[in-house]
Amino acid sequence: MIAALMGLLACQLAGELLARLLGLPVPGPVLGTILLFLVLMARGRIPDTLRDVSRTLLANLSLLFVPAGVGIIQHLDRLRGEWLGIAAAVFGSTVLTMVVAVLVFRGVSRLTGADAAPSDRGRA
Amino acid sequence: MITDVIEPAIQDVWVYLTARPLVWLTVTIAAYLIGQWLFERAGRRPLVNPVAIAVVLLVALLMVTGTDYQTYFDGAQFVHFLLGPATVALAVPLFQNFSQVRRAALPMLAALVAGSVTAILSAVGIAMLFGVSLETSRSLASKSVTMPIAMGITEQIGGIPSLTAVVVMITGIIGAMVVTPLMDLLRIGDWRARGFAVGVASHGIGTARAFQVNEIAGTFAGIAMALNGIATAIMVPLLISLLD
Repeated sequence: MIAALMGLLACQLAGELLARLLGLPVPGPVLGTILLFLVLMARGRIPDTLRDVSRTLLANLSLLFVPAGVGIIQHLDRLRGEWLGIAAAVFGSTVLTMVVAVLVFRGVSRLTGADAAPSDRGRA
Repeated sequence: MITDVIEPAIQDVWVYLTARPLVWLTVTIAAYLIGQWLFERAGRRPLVNPVAIAVVLLVALLMVTGTDYQTYFDGAQFVHFLLGPATVALAVPLFQNFSQVRRAALPMLAALVAGSVTAILSAVGIAMLFGVSLETSRSLASKSVTMPIAMGITEQIGGIPSLTAVVVMITGIIGAMVVTPLMDLLRIGDWRARGFAVGVASHGIGTARAFQVNEIAGTFAGIAMALNGIATAIMVPLLISLLD
């Protein structure tokens, strides 16, 4: 487990360093994801401990947003003043984005013959 | 009076404990577990969102105890820090499901560009229609991407990064709540498309929801979140300069 954590942190660190050194607008952790992916491709398999640690982290991803989310307490005044506009923007834009993304994905998928295998289909 | 002895003692212990990470770290995880428990009890209904419950409980606790946010965050930052390694960990499901991912390269690319531009323009546009201040509107531009990235973008374009963090959280919760009914309504059965859409629109919280429902959906959501972080970082400064 420690080795797996070390691997994740090392990729993140390398990503942060690359982003700084090359002046890329891409965030360090995202470069770290790409680096880890390349390492896995080169090795051809996922170590068991890394799979377990990753699964645990991703299964609890939403917990990791809680501390920053509590920061809402600092913005209650602003939210009180502009809540309607912010709520409309956030809700409207989120729903619209999902609809546009899913329809474009499905449309291009059909056009290019990259449609989902039956095993990739779920509800509805 | 015994209370004269006990009350100052409790006060001392409270002051001692709350100045250390332990209390706020423990309380953060406890609040989330309560949220999870309620979510399970409600039959895993998306409207009962564990993050929303945890945040409401913690905000109430900070208000009741008169604790300022910085004190709280000093403790809870250990949880916050894990966002970085968790983002890196997305490489694992990506590698595991790479054959499906490669087949869907074109649909993903198209949905990424369309979704990313829609997210930015519609958030800023709707906010401006409602007469929201410029500073606040700008803080909304990167609402659909994961928190560390979004805060960086907002700083770059002159918004309020900590307000962005809040808006990002709310966006994630809304995405997680509406994705299942919305996709069922649109009659979309393709797990790849469902996952990708929720990942583009609502980053990690949407991805967490997708992983709860289906691994393929979760994988595509994770990819969408990572790609949208990059796309938004490039596009927000461009689009905002066009609006000026």
